[in-house]
Amino acid sequence: MTSLPALPTPKKLGLVIDLDTCVGCHACVVNCKEWNTGGYGAALSDQDPYGAEVSGAWLNRVHSFEVVPDGEVVGEAGEARIVHFPKSCLHCENAPCVTVCPTGASYKRADDGIVLVEEDKCIGCGLCAWACPYGAREMDLAAGVMKKCTLCIDRIYNETLEETDRTPACVRTCPANARHFGDLGDPESEVSKLVAERGGIDLMPEQGTRPVNKYLPPRQRKPLSASAGLLPEDTSDATGLFGWLDKMLDRI
Amino acid sequence: MHPAPSIILFTTLSGLGYGLAAMLGLGLLDPAHIATKLAHVVALALISGGLLSSTAHLGNPQRAWRALSQWRSSWLSREGVMAIATFVPLTWSAWLAVIEGRYFWLPGLLGTAMSLLTVFCTAMIYASLKSVQAWHTRLTPTCYLLFAIAGGLMIAVFVAACSGAVDRLLPAGALAALAAAWAVKVKWRMRMRELAPLSTQESATGLGYLGSVRLFERPHMTENYLTREMGFRVGRKHAAKLWKIAVSFGAVLPTLLLLVLIVSGQGGMPGASIAGLALLAFATGLLAERWLFFAEARHAVMNYYGG
Repeated sequence: MTSLPALPTPKKLGLVIDLDTCVGCHACVVNCKEWNTGGYGAALSDQDPYGAEVSGAWLNRVHSFEVVPDGEVVGEAGEARIVHFPKSCLHCENAPCVTVCPTGASYKRADDGIVLVEEDKCIGCGLCAWACPYGAREMDLAAGVMKKCTLCIDRIYNETLEETDRTPACVRTCPANARHFGDLGDPESEVSKLVAERGGIDLMPEQGTRPVNKYLPPRQRKPLSASAGLLPEDTSDATGLFGWLDKMLDRI
Repeated sequence: MHPAPSIILFTTLSGLGYGLAAMLGLGLLDPAHIATKLAHVVALALISGGLLSSTAHLGNPQRAWRALSQWRSSWLSREGVMAIATFVPLTWSAWLAVIEGRYFWLPGLLGTAMSLLTVFCTAMIYASLKSVQAWHTRLTPTCYLLFAIAGGLMIAVFVAACSGAVDRLLPAGALAALAAAWAVKVKWRMRMRELAPLSTQESATGLGYLGSVRLFERPHMTENYLTREMGFRVGRKHAAKLWKIAVSFGAVLPTLLLLVLIVSGQGGMPGASIAGLALLAFATGLLAERWLFFAEARHAVMNYYGG
């Protein structure tokens, strides 16, 4: 059934991605492909994998953007910067990819809000990829079915895994802790608190998709001097020999 | 957007086929004449050919029957359901004309209404996509419907001429439909060219508050499914030329030829030749118009790939 759930889903599982800390290492991209090529559904095929025109289906990609404030010149001091930008399915509440599906292969789960493709029903028409403004869906050219982020549904509910591993592969592998997984429908969850604290945003809100995944914008820069420890050291708790030396040296 | 040849062929052929079927359903042509009988068969062939070619771009065409299930939400599914349901009155009408040589209003009018509804569903597949701003307008289904009607009338003029009928009303109707179709199309294209983009690289990244955003590096060095499907550039490069081709063949030539037909009032061989030429030119122009429809449309996802 490709109608969206009639009621808001009780859980809204999703990701929170911190653009301030992402270093653009692509580890999440690689681990996503690694896990999902052997996980849910058809393997993620590559075409011409060792040739010049290699391409394939990936569920998570890292783009890099250059942001330049008005009047600034890249390379000079200022706010101009590179922002690494990981992007995968945002598991939208108002997912346009779901309602356009003619076969019922695309659906949004009523209990946790995860958007999935039932590959046995997918005819590979590609209309859902057209409907998604974010480019979250990519056709697997070998299997002829649409692939997308499953939020690692075969990890997060997998009781044969250690508890710490029951998060999406991209989150588990991120060395910068830039990716967070949780229930964004629960205002008391860690991810919801993070979004509230850092002013998490929706991508392309004007498309009316109401994404569940949130992005934490880069923090405002402050001059290096603001962070440098120029205050005198606090030595009031020094005792014994070092306490005596501290006092003596102060007197000189 | 990448214009898949199968989809261009499908929308053009089935548009012409449904247009012809809609006109046949009105009973404008002599059902006893061999040309009209053939027209019924041609309409069904165009529609079936169009539908078959549309399955050519599927990854798993053997499951295409599943596409009939989601008519509650999906315009693609609605199109499939309507296409199959429309075969019922169309084959009924065709049977009556081909075998019994008569016209019956019930399957005729039903066929006309359902044919146009099917074309509307096809157009709504595109018009319903907010991610492709150029398509996301009521003008899209209006264009598709008017082009189908104009095409149907032009084939009807050809069929009437073949059956020897000297009729000025039918070519005049075709001319009016042609003018209406191109008027809406020009409006559609002007709207597209003047659109302020709904989404930008700033809104796509949420980084607009810092400054202007520019893609620094794509995720991968080579093309991927998205850039191939959504970032087609050949059509955009030649858009001005293609538009001229579409207008000259699809609008100017058929208009002149129809005018000749109206003024001269020729039936028989000369009339049929003129009408045939007009039809050929129109179909060529329509193919160019359909190619542009896809190739010129920009997809929101390209904001992540540098436009």
